[in-house]
Amino acid sequence: MVERRPALTLLAHLTLIIGVLIVAFPVYLTFVASTQTAEQIAQSRPLSLIPGDHMLETWKLALFGGETSAGSKIPPALPMLKISLISALVISIGKIAISLLSAFAIVYFRFPLKQFFFWAIFVTLMLPVEVRIGPTYQVVADLGLLNSYAGLTVPLIASATATFLFRQFFMTVPDELVEAARMDGAAPMRFFKDVLLPLSKTSIAALFVIQFIYGWNQYLWPLLVTTEETMYPVVMGIKRLVGGESYTEWNVVMATALLAMIPPALIVVLMQKWFVKGLVDTEK
Amino acid sequence: MASISLRNVVKRYGHGPKANQVIHGVNAEIKDGEFIVIVGPSGCGKSTLLRMVAGLEEVSDGEIAIGTRVVNNVEPADRDIAMVFQNYALYPHMSVFENMAYGLKIKKVPLDEIKARVDKAAKILELGHLLDRTPRQLSGGQRQRVAMGRAIVRNPQVFLFDEPLSNLDAKLRAQTRLEIQKLHTELGVTSLFVTHDQVEAMTLAQRMIVMNGGHMEQIGTPEEVYQRPATTFVAGFIGSPPMNLLKGEAKGASFTVGGVTLQLPAPAPRDGELIMGLRPEHLDHWNAASGWAFKVEMIEMLGAERLVYGRLGSEQFTLRIDGTLVPPKVGDTLMLEVGAKQLHWFDAQTKKRVE
Repeated sequence: MVERRPALTLLAHLTLIIGVLIVAFPVYLTFVASTQTAEQIAQSRPLSLIPGDHMLETWKLALFGGETSAGSKIPPALPMLKISLISALVISIGKIAISLLSAFAIVYFRFPLKQFFFWAIFVTLMLPVEVRIGPTYQVVADLGLLNSYAGLTVPLIASATATFLFRQFFMTVPDELVEAARMDGAAPMRFFKDVLLPLSKTSIAALFVIQFIYGWNQYLWPLLVTTEETMYPVVMGIKRLVGGESYTEWNVVMATALLAMIPPALIVVLMQKWFVKGLVDTEK
Repeated sequence: MASISLRNVVKRYGHGPKANQVIHGVNAEIKDGEFIVIVGPSGCGKSTLLRMVAGLEEVSDGEIAIGTRVVNNVEPADRDIAMVFQNYALYPHMSVFENMAYGLKIKKVPLDEIKARVDKAAKILELGHLLDRTPRQLSGGQRQRVAMGRAIVRNPQVFLFDEPLSNLDAKLRAQTRLEIQKLHTELGVTSLFVTHDQVEAMTLAQRMIVMNGGHMEQIGTPEEVYQRPATTFVAGFIGSPPMNLLKGEAKGASFTVGGVTLQLPAPAPRDGELIMGLRPEHLDHWNAASGWAFKVEMIEMLGAERLVYGRLGSEQFTLRIDGTLVPPKVGDTLMLEVGAKQLHWFDAQTKKRVE
């Protein structure tokens, strides 16, 4: 906005504030619920908007597990968080590594059937996990990868989107840079490591954020490939706390939900600068 | 340091009858330590030729030798050459020092020697205080010097320059031109310099190669190329404004062109259809009592001189005259007096020089 009219500024701020409230209110409500006891939540209608004083015990229960006052057993969230973290990291780093290499091959090398492979990668855009879930499950099961990190992550690693992002980026790198590296005697992988990787830093960061959240939020796939509670990621853990045969401890559910939100939120906040740069930066 | 031999060098893209040939058999012997400028209009193949010497383009036919070694199948990095690119091609994420050191680092040169070589090059190019900056913190001229520094530290046998001055503004270009010349005198490395700018070509070259449409039209010193152009293309390309070229019928000491018959100071080299060339600046007198009748149509004042455009008979003709003299007026008819030595003759069909 180039115009400087107070009314317009006010309007813009108002719109943004309303937006923030709409997004933030449920999160706040979750927080409030996690500071009360299950009974308080069950009895107060509507839910009180003032935080209660049971935050520490609820969060401890959610994190480390144990028995509630009502007698139901709560599984600890900590190991589930660990599984989620490892899976999300493997998925995002794996995606970036494979996409970087395949984009490198497609942009910088001449090989037979190059166009075919390019389109083959392109076509996988139309086949996300949800579409090929039956056959993929069969393959993973036959390989004996159920209830393993490999089973949780490998089928989610291949990514046409990331390959395209890097392909587009590599194509904007001037040819002279490649030629200069050749004159300097850099072999292809050396050029990749010394020139392309540092130049793609911001794109890698942006992609890492997106893919980490993608990996963290996986629900459907872990639901299929994990049958043992020890391999449940936290997103499934929340679902397990809700319903079931016993009485739902909503305060614990809310605390676990918040716990599950913290790592991706941290990643976004910490990498925000890089993330934005990676998406808008065109400077070479 | 090394000589370069181009032996019947051909470049074509594609194969078979559909192949697009862009370099048609170039032959040249470049002596050790020589500064050669390859000049020509856009698309004449001058950059392709340079890139073939660099090893960035394959040689379709013929041979390129650096020193005594044929390098057709040698990797660019192993040819013992260094290249300065038009847009400098500096690694944007590396500091000036790292940019200059990268090639040496790959060659596994010991670190203290790398430092010594970079420092030496930085001193020559006055880059000492910039070594820690990244390219984006530098001005165009500084980037250009870093690109040259990167070439110098490798101690190559041959320098290749691909239009390195075309991204600089006019003043900086003139200054850098002098620096390159100075550098060549100091280091004495065989250099190939590609440009489309004839001023750069004339000032830098010890010998120049004029190219057109993938053919080498002439190789020679700037004096030779200016004074004895081998073809009408060279005559028109070198010199500003270009040489007047008039196609007509020669018979003894008279030349019929554009409906008028001009009396020549000496007989033409042969009778028949010929192209006569005369540089705008090479008239003995432009306001003589008798001679070729020239009708003035337009005058441009350039400061030191004036360009007078007009016609000899029906043919376009240009004169360049001293700017301090009283100029002719538009519509005047001038009598031009020409010396025999000023006239160039070319075959009307082959466009080649006729003596």
